[in-house]
Amino acid sequence: MIPELGSFALMLAFCVALLQGVVPIAASLRNNGAGGAARWMALARPAAYSQAVLVTIAFACLVHAFVVNDFSVLYVASHSNTALPLQYRISAVWGGHEGSLLLWVEILVLWTAAVALLSRQLPAEMLARVLGVMGLISVGFLAFTLWTSNPFERLLPAALQGQDLNPLLQDIGMIAHPPLLYMGYVGFSVAFAFAIAALIGGQLDAAWARWSRPWTLVAWSFMTLGIFLGSFWAYYELGWGGWWFWDAVENASFMPWLVGTALIHSLSVTEKRGSFKNWTVLLAIMAFALSLLGTFLVRSGVLTSVHAFATDPSRGLFILVFLALVVGGSLLLYAWRAPSVGLGGRFAAISRESALLANNVLLVAAAGTVLLGTLYPLFLDALDMGKISVGPPYFETVFVPLMAPMLLLLAAGPFLRWKQAGFKDVRSLRWVGVAAVLCAIAAAVAVGSSPLLVMGLTLAAWILLATVWHLLQRLRVFEDNRTRFSHRLGSLPGSYWGMLIAHAGIGVFVIGVTLVKGREISHDVPLQAGDVHQVGGYDFRFIGAKNVQGPNYSAVRGTFEVTRDGKPVATLSPEKRQFASGGMPMTEAAIHRGPTRDLYLALGEEVAPGKWVVRIQHKPFVAWIWGGALLIGFGGLLAALDKRYRLKRSGRSAA
Amino acid sequence: MKRFILPLGVFVALLGFLWVGLRLNPREVPSPLIDKPAPMFALAQLHEPGRVIGPHDMAGQVWILNVWASWCVACRQEHPVLMEMARMKLAPIVGLNYKDNRDDGLATLARAGDPYMVSAFDQDGRVGIDYGVYGVPETFVIDKRGVIRFKQIGIVTPEVVTGKLIPLIEKLNREPAHG
Amino acid sequence: MVKLFAVLTMSLALSAFAATDDATLEKRAVDLETELRCLVCQNQTIADSHAGLAVDLRREVREQLAQGKSEQEVLDFMVQRYGDFVLYRPPVRSTTWLLWFGPFLLLAAGAALLISRLRAARSRPADAPPSEETLQRARALLDNNKEQP
Repeated sequence: MIPELGSFALMLAFCVALLQGVVPIAASLRNNGAGGAARWMALARPAAYSQAVLVTIAFACLVHAFVVNDFSVLYVASHSNTALPLQYRISAVWGGHEGSLLLWVEILVLWTAAVALLSRQLPAEMLARVLGVMGLISVGFLAFTLWTSNPFERLLPAALQGQDLNPLLQDIGMIAHPPLLYMGYVGFSVAFAFAIAALIGGQLDAAWARWSRPWTLVAWSFMTLGIFLGSFWAYYELGWGGWWFWDAVENASFMPWLVGTALIHSLSVTEKRGSFKNWTVLLAIMAFALSLLGTFLVRSGVLTSVHAFATDPSRGLFILVFLALVVGGSLLLYAWRAPSVGLGGRFAAISRESALLANNVLLVAAAGTVLLGTLYPLFLDALDMGKISVGPPYFETVFVPLMAPMLLLLAAGPFLRWKQAGFKDVRSLRWVGVAAVLCAIAAAVAVGSSPLLVMGLTLAAWILLATVWHLLQRLRVFEDNRTRFSHRLGSLPGSYWGMLIAHAGIGVFVIGVTLVKGREISHDVPLQAGDVHQVGGYDFRFIGAKNVQGPNYSAVRGTFEVTRDGKPVATLSPEKRQFASGGMPMTEAAIHRGPTRDLYLALGEEVAPGKWVVRIQHKPFVAWIWGGALLIGFGGLLAALDKRYRLKRSGRSAA
Repeated sequence: MKRFILPLGVFVALLGFLWVGLRLNPREVPSPLIDKPAPMFALAQLHEPGRVIGPHDMAGQVWILNVWASWCVACRQEHPVLMEMARMKLAPIVGLNYKDNRDDGLATLARAGDPYMVSAFDQDGRVGIDYGVYGVPETFVIDKRGVIRFKQIGIVTPEVVTGKLIPLIEKLNREPAHG
Repeated sequence: MVKLFAVLTMSLALSAFAATDDATLEKRAVDLETELRCLVCQNQTIADSHAGLAVDLRREVREQLAQGKSEQEVLDFMVQRYGDFVLYRPPVRSTTWLLWFGPFLLLAAGAALLISRLRAARSRPADAPPSEETLQRARALLDNNKEQP
């Protein structure tokens, strides 16, 4: 009964979405929404709320089916099991294609409702168009769900036991990663909707950018956190010690992130100076287009990825058609309307605008590069020109040279003034540069150097020191003694702190990546009970292996004592788990984390009774990668909460 | 004006590739050995370890090399088709028992039937590597001059037999053994 | 006695050599293994994969390096049998020029766009001063705002 209720709710939501997608926009086009059309436009808000309620009901029905182990629902039977602990029964809802798609729709309607709720200051016809566009996107996804991927499909007769959730997904990282990531993917649809609404209305100005920016910042921050969590999870769950493989699906999330980063910077220019309007709109379209492309790549079977859902070419075709309509339609609209949008303010060759434009160019070139590398095997195969692989060696070779100028610019950008800046703005930075080089050399000498390592550390130090220097200058620490310091500190807007923290986060991230890539030590050694092996100054003593039992798996647990110079550091117990539901054994790594290094242990194969091949890794500063990513995400959220975006009591935002 | 159309143009081109991509299988690795001489080997036979078998023994005729193993589940699906091919006397089938246990291999053939003229025993998989084997079962068609002309990745189905193998083998049979 | 001493010293030296040789061999093998794609799992290098074929190919890499083959020879060995698909670093040839030089081209195109926009922005005529009507509207809005509590 309840699954049918869920299905029905989705069908109703589809009808509402159709209404929401078509009527308000059509109404807004008549007399620009004046007069009688206003009532039709006002349909948008209640439609958005109704959709949210309906889809949430459907989602709750699916969760219910999982919680009570309703194996008469095909999706539940394929992804769950009575032995599965409760938290994983719930997260199994998004463990497969149909359920994760429903999660996509759920998050979409929640974002739509949020826009409906928090946009009182928007002109009525603008709101109508924004909600209308989001409604149309809903229509597409709901149609896809209902027609090809209904999670409520029945399995009759019901299975006695489910097939279990993929053991890799039975983990807290995987509980949080999809929702966070989807908040980002779907959140870019808001920026997209604003862009389309602006193109339809022919009204692209600073006010539009101000409305659009906080939504985009929040979406981008969630995307940052979602990607971070995916990487963090892969690190401890997959047992190979790596955290980024330039896998097709990782790239599918990285591309919208890169374009999203360009977008938030471009929006700030449009917001403050009214420039870059066409470019910002194009970026908003591109960011969402890449989100949709990511959805397509993951679900169509077009690219190999261990991450890909069970693939079905008919589903792939549906998404492709949807992609064609949404992106093709919006690019057509862009080509038609953009020329009449107007040019915006002037700016000099050296100015913050030009620096941000350069930032955009580099980020979009980077995104294009990732796209090129990800799809190139497909291009060649489609043209019958052979089958190649494009993997980490390619991406690392091309990506680093692209990012280096960006990192250089990142530190200097905030110092440049709007409209017209000169070298005197950045003159003080030359001392920062010297300090950065000295820092890096000192660190390299301490840690052991290679040219890439020194370059990475120099760039990171450059960013961090310049960021601190900017704060000091902004606080007028060295000059103004008239106002109280705490007052000056408190008067700094949230967007400023957000920028500082996010930029600093990048510096921290670069330190982590540089040191891990440059100084990581990894050994794969066969060990027997009693053997000791030294890695990175730590001694790893293999005590022995024994069998243990988990809630739905049995495992072999190896115990290791780790000491350094005779002093005990930790006892680590990596496992190799075999789940009752079958499949390949899973490696559960044991990690001893620390601020300056991680010690990573994973069991390989048992080559002889009692003799195991063990992967032991010493990874310096890997925690800084996670810390940096968290700072970046946090900075974005802080910037979004800047008071200038919040509603004033009067219902109008400050001009 | 033109530059505003550019994004749309690029996108349409991308769509085209993705559409074609839906028909392709990204996991399939085509063999670089097609139209190249079959790599040499001299392996002990499965049934008679004292005797050796290799491609040179099959020179002058069109023959099939089928890679199989007792632990391979898909091979059991393919087996009846191979038996049928052997019965049809399409071409001699030489088996390559890949990374298997001799007793298990013999038991499998005893139980399910032996479509092979002879089976070569590739215990450590080195010959498999030479032939670019990455999944079992795989099947090669080799012509009279010892050149690989076709590779089937995955099981040989009746459709593959009628659609690809029979026409190919008939064509290869018409080719001269030398020159 | 001297001979024994000489032999001992030599063997000590050689074993030290062998030890460092082992370490460099190990490093060279691992570096190669991270460049090769596991054809079974297809989403891991053969260094990380647990598949039977990966184990076999790792053995093959080590044996060949120990025999004195160069990195390129080992890679060629793999490509001869499995095709370019097995290389994670795509070879540079006419079909992959666009891949390897593409990023450069993208950056160059972006730079050209940047420069043309900068020129256009610089030479754009200054905006016309706002009309009287616009100024009045602005004043009205600002006064409105001031009156709010």
